[in-house]
Amino acid sequence: MRRRTENTPVAIERLTRQANRFAEITKRRFGFAYLVFRLNPASLLGLIIVVALFLSAFFGPLALPYSPDKTNAPERFQAPSSSHFFGTDKYGRDVFTRVLSAARVDLLIALGSIGLAFVIGTAIGSLAAYFGKAVDAVLMRIMDMIKSFPQFILAMALVAALGPGVRNLIIVITVIMVPSFARMIRSRVLSLREMAYVDAARTSGVPWWKIITAYLIPNSLGTLVVTAALNVSYAMLDAAGLSYLGLGVRPPQAEWGTMISEGTSQLLAGRWWISVFPGLALFLAVLGFNLLADGLRDIIDPRMRR
Amino acid sequence: MSPLLEAVNLVKHFQVKGDVPFLSKTVHAVDGISFSIEPDRSLGIVGESGSGKTTIARCLVRLYKPTAGDVCLEGKSISTRAGIRQLRKRVQMVFQDPGGSLNPKFSAERIIRESLLHLRVAKRREMRSMAVELLRQVGIQPSDSKKLPHQFSGGQQQRIAVARALAPRPDVLILDEPTSALDLSLQAQIIGMLVALRKDLGLTYALITHDLAVVRQLCDQLLVMYLGKPVESGPAPLILSGPQHPYSKALIGSVLRPDPETRDLEAPLHGEIPSPTAPPSGCRFHPRCPECMPICSVEEPIPWQVGEATIWCHLFSDGHGTGGDE
Repeated sequence: MRRRTENTPVAIERLTRQANRFAEITKRRFGFAYLVFRLNPASLLGLIIVVALFLSAFFGPLALPYSPDKTNAPERFQAPSSSHFFGTDKYGRDVFTRVLSAARVDLLIALGSIGLAFVIGTAIGSLAAYFGKAVDAVLMRIMDMIKSFPQFILAMALVAALGPGVRNLIIVITVIMVPSFARMIRSRVLSLREMAYVDAARTSGVPWWKIITAYLIPNSLGTLVVTAALNVSYAMLDAAGLSYLGLGVRPPQAEWGTMISEGTSQLLAGRWWISVFPGLALFLAVLGFNLLADGLRDIIDPRMRR
Repeated sequence: MSPLLEAVNLVKHFQVKGDVPFLSKTVHAVDGISFSIEPDRSLGIVGESGSGKTTIARCLVRLYKPTAGDVCLEGKSISTRAGIRQLRKRVQMVFQDPGGSLNPKFSAERIIRESLLHLRVAKRREMRSMAVELLRQVGIQPSDSKKLPHQFSGGQQQRIAVARALAPRPDVLILDEPTSALDLSLQAQIIGMLVALRKDLGLTYALITHDLAVVRQLCDQLLVMYLGKPVESGPAPLILSGPQHPYSKALIGSVLRPDPETRDLEAPLHGEIPSPTAPPSGCRFHPRCPECMPICSVEEPIPWQVGEATIWCHLFSDGHGTGGDE
């Protein structure tokens, strides 16, 4: 008995050491799992929502018996039931199938435009910061011009000029998102540019384009990822908003915004399910991305925590 | 024969935003300094903070383009493209902040390989083994070569920085306060390593520092600077044991000595170094000089040869001091 009590601190120490080593290995081997481990509960919920959204968007329509676009007049305006979870709309299409099918389109638009804005904005912002002077002035004034319009009004004007459709929607949302990325990376690069390792790279003969791509951008990636995650939800809202106004995705293609707008005329008749369910889906998606982005920001840059 | 590395009347001014809108102020960081570094004659540049030492170092490796004057490598100007290419291979720099001078995303070995790759000193497939060999040379184990900078201690980081500088097999190493960010015990290690490397590789150092103990161990020649101007230059042991310019006297006299018997209490300097945006007229040291004369605030001193040392001070002009030969 006595011997066991004497050994306890040693055992605890060994256990702690093993636990620390386990944490270290987890961090190295499973970066993503470790991230999940560090997320706060709200952000974990966000991550779950986002993952569920992706899974259902990709596999949902395959598992369902209905087609999202095929009309079926005899079954129109059915209330939610076990055969139609979210009911049917005025053409008899299954709202549940359409909500999932719309998730694909909305994710494509949001991620596509954020991905493009990420690449273009990073290029513009890092070039402006690295070269400074005239390059900086010209590029950033263009960014200011885009930012000076109310975002949504500018998007409407651009869609009106380009015409509706998924491709044009991606282009338009990219244009209005680029300045946020450009400004974010510009401020990062401005401070990183003064680091001794950039000077050291220069004395090692590293050419300017490699200093930007291999030294400055990788060291700003954290802030960029947070910016991207935050903006995904805005991109989604913009896509749905434009489609709601008839400026985005064209029917019969299912999209949350268009579905909400199609359903509004039925609300007074008591057929609430046609627009409430796509609205709920949009709400959940935006919430999910926002919570996830908040958690990522806390991990990557704890000083930005409010 | 022309010297290995030479600064010819080097001037570097910076434009900064002033108090008055649209009027920029000029910072006179370096205002006309010439010196030459001969092979195997390491040069120390000393002075307080703000005297322009680091600006000189950055001009020497062309991180700054001099406002006027030139830097020559074996008599050839480095202002041309070809000149810069030559310079990068033959003159390398070690920076003050060891952690900050290593890209946090690159492993130790990758940091060395960057230098090998872009200065084209090795074939692609030899690079990895060369990088590991360079790291071994500065005392980093090959098993640690894949680690990222933050996994090393400050002393090890500085060793990696030295290995990177050695990668293109340079003739001159510019050391910008190589030990000031380190603990005393690590300082001794790094200095020991630098002494050994100099002997083994036949390097010549240009050492920027305010630590005179480091100068004593690494330098043959010494240049004392004040506010962007030279005040005294000559063989390091001579100046360290018998400084003649009032500023050098104060600087070298302010070093703490462990033995109170041998401590000679030179009157310490009062006040701060003036702003380089508005340097004092005449001799830049005159507002703080204990031996200031009327001429000092009016006329800039010219260099006087006193024995082996060169001194920029009116005390040594004819009729005042111990003798000049001009």
